[in-house]
Amino acid sequence: MQLAAILIIPAIASCFSLLPLGRRFAAPITVITSAIVLVLAISAAANAMRGPFSAAADLLTCDALGALVLVLVALVGFTAALYSWGYIATGGRHSLPDVQRYYSLYNLFLLSMLAVPLLANVALMWIAVELTTLLSAFLVGYEDTPEALEAAWKYVVLTTLGAVLALLGFLILYWGSRTAGLAPFTWVGLVDAAPHMPPALLWPAFLLILVGFGTKVGLVPMHTWLPDAHSQAPASICALLSGVETTTVLYVVLRLFPVVSGAPGLDARPWFIGFGLLSVGVATLLLIYVRDFKRMFAFSTVEHMGIILVAAGLGGAEAHLGAAYQMTGHALAKSFCFFAAGLMATALGTQEIASVRGLIRSSPIAALALVAGGFAIAGAPPFAIFVSELVIVKAGLTSGQFAVIGLLTLFVVVAFCAVMYHVNSMVFGTPATDKPGSKVTMAVVPRSCKATLALAAVPLLAVGLYVPQPLQELLRAAAAAMGG
Amino acid sequence: MGSPEFPVIAALDALTGALFLLTALGVVATRQVLASLQLFILQSLLLSTSAFLLGIATRSIHLFAVAGITIATKTLLIPWLLRYTVSDEVYRTREVGRVLNIPISLLLSAVLVVVAYAVTNPILNAVEVPFARINLPLGLAAIFLGAFTVAVRREAVPQLLGLLAVENGVFFAGVAIVPNLPVIAELAAAVDVPVVALVAGLLTRQIHRRLGTTSVGHLSALREH
Repeated sequence: MQLAAILIIPAIASCFSLLPLGRRFAAPITVITSAIVLVLAISAAANAMRGPFSAAADLLTCDALGALVLVLVALVGFTAALYSWGYIATGGRHSLPDVQRYYSLYNLFLLSMLAVPLLANVALMWIAVELTTLLSAFLVGYEDTPEALEAAWKYVVLTTLGAVLALLGFLILYWGSRTAGLAPFTWVGLVDAAPHMPPALLWPAFLLILVGFGTKVGLVPMHTWLPDAHSQAPASICALLSGVETTTVLYVVLRLFPVVSGAPGLDARPWFIGFGLLSVGVATLLLIYVRDFKRMFAFSTVEHMGIILVAAGLGGAEAHLGAAYQMTGHALAKSFCFFAAGLMATALGTQEIASVRGLIRSSPIAALALVAGGFAIAGAPPFAIFVSELVIVKAGLTSGQFAVIGLLTLFVVVAFCAVMYHVNSMVFGTPATDKPGSKVTMAVVPRSCKATLALAAVPLLAVGLYVPQPLQELLRAAAAAMGG
Repeated sequence: MGSPEFPVIAALDALTGALFLLTALGVVATRQVLASLQLFILQSLLLSTSAFLLGIATRSIHLFAVAGITIATKTLLIPWLLRYTVSDEVYRTREVGRVLNIPISLLLSAVLVVVAYAVTNPILNAVEVPFARINLPLGLAAIFLGAFTVAVRREAVPQLLGLLAVENGVFFAGVAIVPNLPVIAELAAAVDVPVVALVAGLLTRQIHRRLGTTSVGHLSALREH
């Protein structure tokens, strides 16, 4: 019932958002419903820790790994809704139907992401992933500028191409599970069927899904659409796209790991580590040369996805715990960064790093948020990503994979320096002489955006300093669900 | 080739498959947007023919549904949507902007077809499924050619047709390898297609309205340098 409610509530909210009751109606409805969904998701996670459970005639299911993704999506869904309240209203250029359509699509987009970890049938789950693209495409193009439309076009064409390749992979998986016997087409059924599947089927299926969904995760070299979409969408949508949509699709790829590990003679690990390291390395290079601060956060997402994939590929309970922890830290930190970036872009009217200097003097709030966000995504203490990266490195060293860990550490350190360099120049740099006294006023920043920043900072700091017992148990259980 | 129990159907399916591959090559080679669209319609008809033939052979009602849905969406609805949403001047243009010239494109396409046969061979040796020997390599070849079209075309509509050709390839292989997948997934997946067309078609129109052209190749505002 609980699981069904998580999916029904956003659907209702989406319908309500279209009611013609003025500009100030859809936003509070979305905030309230997404808060309810968050509470339900947390209680579902509490249930899932006692063991996987099903609902709605076995259509829906929830285990620890799914519950972790569910809670992260619901959490960012709530903070981004609160942020939208002020952010979308101040846009001004948009008509009432535009705003209504924004909230209607926002709720449906949230619904599709919540459905991915919940749907038991793998074919239905594929449809949910494909729906996330379709429903968010118009949100990416919301600003209606040529750049935003181009970004939305690239996003739809490339990620749909990837999803269709992944579909062939899933069809082959179904073929394989039929060959192995009458196992149900669920993740559990696939893990059971994997040892009896012909490796000649399982192997191409795995590669098709890794490359196909890897496109949507933003793995190099299929990442080209990601910085465009994640820099052109409104900041509230960027927080969802970058913070949790990528993680949701990565979750599907991670689900393959126990399936492939169960088959004799197959090893997913080199592929995970290969794609992961390539993504981290290329993202690091791009982070050095980046010129737009929203693109900087987008490249950092590519880097984090790579780190999680490497952690999954290292294998072992500790490395998988690091992966689960990194997913959590990424969702919290990246959404926070885009909230801060939205404030800066609104107040400054630019996304170019070079034209932002001396933010600490002109706008202490934005400067503080940028420094906190920058430290959090780069992986400095006391934030969660520092701890998770340490766990991953330690796990890799313990299992003797020195070359992988050496490269990973090198890339992470260089990326850290690159992010810090850009943040430092934006916050403390001297303003260019040709624009004297370009005073930035944060008065234009809506109250709900400031409130969101304050609210999002609480879990961001808290999870880095101290992981509460229930969350720790959830992370351990999620790591166990990723397989050994 | 194919299944010994149904020699006639196997022969017809092989003929359909050969024509299917030709249409995929045609989309790579053609110069005009309108011709691309017509080839895509033909390819979709061939997909539904194959689904229908295999439906008879495997006695699967699901495949008749696939055939019906393909005809309704890909030969009627999507072409209509594309004609309706994209302005006529796009179809009147003779030359389509492209990255590679046609002889080189066709040469690379031939290589892709050979690769498709090479990579599916181990799968077909491992599992014996009637008709998969015809449909799987040809479906994969169509996927490769469609993806290749997306990569070399600069205009929005041909790119979209390349994407839909990839989808055709997936289902051309799919009807042979999983004839008994409960119809709900296929149905929903097929319902997906018009939505894709709608989204992408609308975007095409918006890009056109903004920039006066549907060429996405020289939209280069979003580059690193």
